[in-house]
Amino acid sequence: MSAAGSLQGANSSPIGGSERSERPGPNSATLLEARALTRHYRVSHGMFRPKGLVRALDGVSFTLREGETLAVVGESGCGKSTLARQVTMIERPTSGQLLLDGQDAGTATSALRKRLRPLVQMVFQNPFASLNPRKKVGTLLMEPLAINTAQSSTERQDAARAMMDRVGLRPEHFSRYPHMFSGGQRQRIAVARALMLRPRLVVADEPVSALDVSIQAQVLNLLMDLQQELGIAYLFVSHNLQVVRHIADAVLVMYLGKTVEEGPKAQIFARPAHPYTRALLASTPSLSAAGRGVRVPLTGELPSPLNPPSGCAFHKRCPHAIPRCVTEVPPLAPLGAARVACHRAEELNA
Amino acid sequence: MALLDISGLTVEFGTEKAPFKAVDGVDFAIDAGEIVGVVGESGSGKTVTALALMGLIDFPGRVRARSMVFAGRDLATISDRERRALVGKDIAMIFQDPLASLNPCFTVAFQLMETLRIHGTDEERRHRAVRRARALSLLEQVEIPDAAARLDAFPHQLSGGMAQRVMIAMAIACNPRLLIADEPTTALDVTVQAQVLALLTRLQRERNMALILITHDLALVAETAHRVVVMYAGQEVETGPVPGVFETPRHPYTQALLAALPEHNEDNARLKSIPGMVPGQHDRPTGCLLSPRCTYAVERCRRDMPAMAGSGDRRARCHFPLDAARQPTNGWRPEGVASVGVQ
Repeated sequence: MSAAGSLQGANSSPIGGSERSERPGPNSATLLEARALTRHYRVSHGMFRPKGLVRALDGVSFTLREGETLAVVGESGCGKSTLARQVTMIERPTSGQLLLDGQDAGTATSALRKRLRPLVQMVFQNPFASLNPRKKVGTLLMEPLAINTAQSSTERQDAARAMMDRVGLRPEHFSRYPHMFSGGQRQRIAVARALMLRPRLVVADEPVSALDVSIQAQVLNLLMDLQQELGIAYLFVSHNLQVVRHIADAVLVMYLGKTVEEGPKAQIFARPAHPYTRALLASTPSLSAAGRGVRVPLTGELPSPLNPPSGCAFHKRCPHAIPRCVTEVPPLAPLGAARVACHRAEELNA
Repeated sequence: MALLDISGLTVEFGTEKAPFKAVDGVDFAIDAGEIVGVVGESGSGKTVTALALMGLIDFPGRVRARSMVFAGRDLATISDRERRALVGKDIAMIFQDPLASLNPCFTVAFQLMETLRIHGTDEERRHRAVRRARALSLLEQVEIPDAAARLDAFPHQLSGGMAQRVMIAMAIACNPRLLIADEPTTALDVTVQAQVLALLTRLQRERNMALILITHDLALVAETAHRVVVMYAGQEVETGPVPGVFETPRHPYTQALLAALPEHNEDNARLKSIPGMVPGQHDRPTGCLLSPRCTYAVERCRRDMPAMAGSGDRRARCHFPLDAARQPTNGWRPEGVASVGVQ
């Protein structure tokens, strides 16, 4: 077995074209639009006690254009994964709209949702858990086609082999099992599988957090090459801000199910407006002293989503909280090119 | 005299005929009050080195070392009984996943008091109430809010950050002189990670402990450690003081690791990646272990294994250590790195 040798060519792009020069302009079509997207879960506390309500996603709005990358960042429990579950149509939102290509996927009929699903595919965090160990790579790649298309078996095989070539897997890998691959190669397989149906949106849930630094770079390069070549949009869920800074066009910062700040990458990283965004950036370890910024002493942990604080959900950990923050939920208001949910945003960023 | 001085540590798994060296001749020393970061990819032998030090490598693993001197005693030759008295007391360890390392069946207080019952002072070993009072003060030292109420909590009632604080409390219960933290913040959110690191470095400073910080996160080491050891495939490939190694890496592997970070690629669309992967049991190359992946490798690298060489506190395992002239290949200007904050 030559697992090591087979990655030799991984550094040079399998697709070619190393410059990401052509970004879709601001007038490219809107692919996905969420309007006040909300998902609540009822949770039981025991047989005789009233049910609790978790507002996992509470009125989140954003737009994602064709060929762009929107990064969703926040701590665990902030609703990132719930958002991904709505967008991939695994669940239906409690309220709000999810417009995919102009059609509301949230309230669509099951038949329409079935037609919409191939447009959105997903890459999961852990490639050691997301690939069926009993299926060969070829079978894994052909399965989406067998389910969703009427292609013949030969066509499916050709498509799978073409995709393997595209993501940098070698032809002989077609009849191997997932356990014969390293983490980075498995994530390539997972990416290839997600792309088999030619989706226009790929939801990537922490796609590189289980990988080593050098392998992480290979997979990120692959994702960016594929985006440039195929014009896919990414909804990139991550907690690693250094990775987000590299790959994203726009950033959505979430806290307890709500958007606290949203805007173009350049502004979010250069001039973070919300105290929570600032704290996230300051907490991220950095190699250079210059990139480290001022440490904001953020105390405490994410409050329980079952019993969120009143007013601004962040006020208990916020160094700038005022009495108004305790009583009044701040609306998402524009600030520069971004939108920020903070009562003191203008004053703090003056 | 260093607090801990290991020389020629080798850990083998597999059979005698076909051994697999998870750790291959590692030399390592740490002084009291020093923070040493150990970095490397998965499979580079970071954790196995720490486990060997703690005496936690079971059969069929084999630990060999020329010497493993801790505070004047050679861990390689002492009896198991002596080792048990030392490990957990003078050398303590924190593991990656706090919720997996706490016993789910017992309360926080029980698990803290268990350590004190075995390794504590005479007073603590004899009286339950003393142990409980000590457990409470430990929880307060690791900044757990409402510590008295948390004493009787079970691990599943704690958040990840809280559980890691409990693990730290347990590790410092017997005032260890050496603390080994194996990926202490990898399972935690970034804001909590910053809190836990601040706590670890505060305790380290206050108690003048030696701290070995094992991690794959280079930035974390750059921020916390005084000295760094870079490991690759079971060998240490480069060691030196933190600002120096990150500013002008001598070993191509260190340089490539640094160049692969998104932080150093702000102007480039593509990240510099290292082709290939860490060699495993069956594809260990001859000569330099990095040679198949190294951009600078020549014939001699594929033939002869280089030894650790260098001057002063900077040493690297390379026939052709990088110098200033060969540095800026990654288009990264290391400005600002020199002022890395070391307490």
